[in-house]
Amino acid sequence: MADQQELTVRDKKELVTKEEKTVPARYYVPNTDIYETPDALTLVMEIPGVEKKDISVELENDRLRVEARIDFSKYEGIEPVYTEYNVGHYARAFTLSNKIDKENISAQVEDGVLTLTLSKVKEAQPRRITIS
Amino acid sequence: MAVLLPDPFEALFRLQQGLDAFRTSDWLQSGPSGAGSYPPLNVFRKDDDFVVIAEVPGINKSALEIEVKGSTLRIAGTKSVNYSEDASLHRRERLAGRFDRAVTLPVVIDADNVRAESRDGILVVLLPRAERDKPKSVRVE
Repeated sequence: MADQQELTVRDKKELVTKEEKTVPARYYVPNTDIYETPDALTLVMEIPGVEKKDISVELENDRLRVEARIDFSKYEGIEPVYTEYNVGHYARAFTLSNKIDKENISAQVEDGVLTLTLSKVKEAQPRRITIS
Repeated sequence: MAVLLPDPFEALFRLQQGLDAFRTSDWLQSGPSGAGSYPPLNVFRKDDDFVVIAEVPGINKSALEIEVKGSTLRIAGTKSVNYSEDASLHRRERLAGRFDRAVTLPVVIDADNVRAESRDGILVVLLPRAERDKPKSVRVE
């Protein structure tokens, strides 16, 4: 069972983009699971430390872009003495196929995990063809 | 992004540099489980007290277990990743499993006043230094 295995640590992957960033902060690629059910495609993204108000999900043409910003004011007044991971914003973009109903995308966030549910268009959903 | 506020971003950049600088230190190595165990921890100092911060995305408060004894902090729990029965996976990057980590801090912790908070996938444990462990200043005569 998956629950029985020991968790291992993986280094955060820094975002590499062709576009230049205007802020001197680091961006990381959030760990993402993508799974498909008969009526929807679901993206599950880990963005620990980001509040709901600091998440932006934008859809432009076929590109779904997620940006999540860390509120670093929480780190004010404390001094790092030992560290194992770096803190930064998160960004990731996905290209959607035309099977996704772009008017019907919903998002929830819980415990630092963002779930995007992308409904499929009617034509892309499996259906049974009756034989006449 | 029309207005650039130099100060807050600089604060973040300084934090990141501070974090990077300590990355290779062996400050916690002597503990029962040192670096390389899940969850990765950042330790901060706030005056005499310590603040341990860990990223625990997708782990509910109820699945976390925190114990303090002497100068050792133990963080244990289970992270589960669930999908519905009829789901087919396209990409799988999130890990699931059990974890149990104990770290020893260089000070004695006042176990009765430890506070732990979990919000937005971040676990913050405030560890006040025990009064009897604090250095006493000696007046030179």
